[in-house]
Amino acid sequence: MIVPHAILATTAMIAAVVVTATAGDILTASAMRQVGDLDVIRARSGITGAALAVVTNSRFGLGVFCLALSFFSLLFAFSHRDLSLIGPAATSLTFVTNALAAKWFLHEHVDHRRWTAAIFVCIGVAMLAF
Amino acid sequence: MTFRRYLVLAVITLTASCGDTFLSRGMKSLGPVSLAHPAALIHAIFSPWVASGIVLLIGFFASYLTALSWADLTYVLPASSLGYVIMTLLAHFWLREHVSPMRWLGVVFITAGVGFVTRGPSWTDHSGAGHTEAQIAAVETPEEVRQ
Repeated sequence: MIVPHAILATTAMIAAVVVTATAGDILTASAMRQVGDLDVIRARSGITGAALAVVTNSRFGLGVFCLALSFFSLLFAFSHRDLSLIGPAATSLTFVTNALAAKWFLHEHVDHRRWTAAIFVCIGVAMLAF
Repeated sequence: MTFRRYLVLAVITLTASCGDTFLSRGMKSLGPVSLAHPAALIHAIFSPWVASGIVLLIGFFASYLTALSWADLTYVLPASSLGYVIMTLLAHFWLREHVSPMRWLGVVFITAGVGFVTRGPSWTDHSGAGHTEAQIAAVETPEEVRQ
């Protein structure tokens, strides 16, 4: 089966946005889990202490780097394809990939309630394009 | 989950949707920006709507990080997606954009998804220790009340 070049390019652009956004979200969430409850840290060390605890975490830096990559991938995709296709496709798919990645990498308890929520939000965001 | 934490989720929702709407309002008032003149983007940052949008999005990121420090990613993301609903309402009633029946149905799906996730637990405790009730109470009870 021959896949048209345009479809392959669109899929690659959406995949780039989704993969980098998911990596960014997972690394950021993992960093915040390492840092601990910011409310507790702020009560103990003030807002400067809380900010320092976050920005000095290496996973947080890597997460922000991935989120920046995702942003520029999104801009690149927007310059080649319609906003109404790339925006909802990338955003809605990210909800599902985040749920999978959070289960695998962060070992979060993703029960049927959270799966239903992720899928409902994914469908809802996709529908906002129409 | 306490009232204060629901308030943080509400701040995430409001700052994200209002921030994006302010950016959109500001960029529409400035007109299309050509890639040949990127300096126009720097000029856009100083317009009141865009500047306010950026401030709100910084507030969004700070409250998002706060929420991730005491709740799971798979809880925070769907719970804060109510911002899409607010953004659609703002687009319809404030920016006077046309919202199709399909988009209203999308709003219903998102609201249902948020309803599902917020009825469950917010945190997966891996250590067994977690954040104790005393720690949470110490943060949420003002000093003068505790004394």
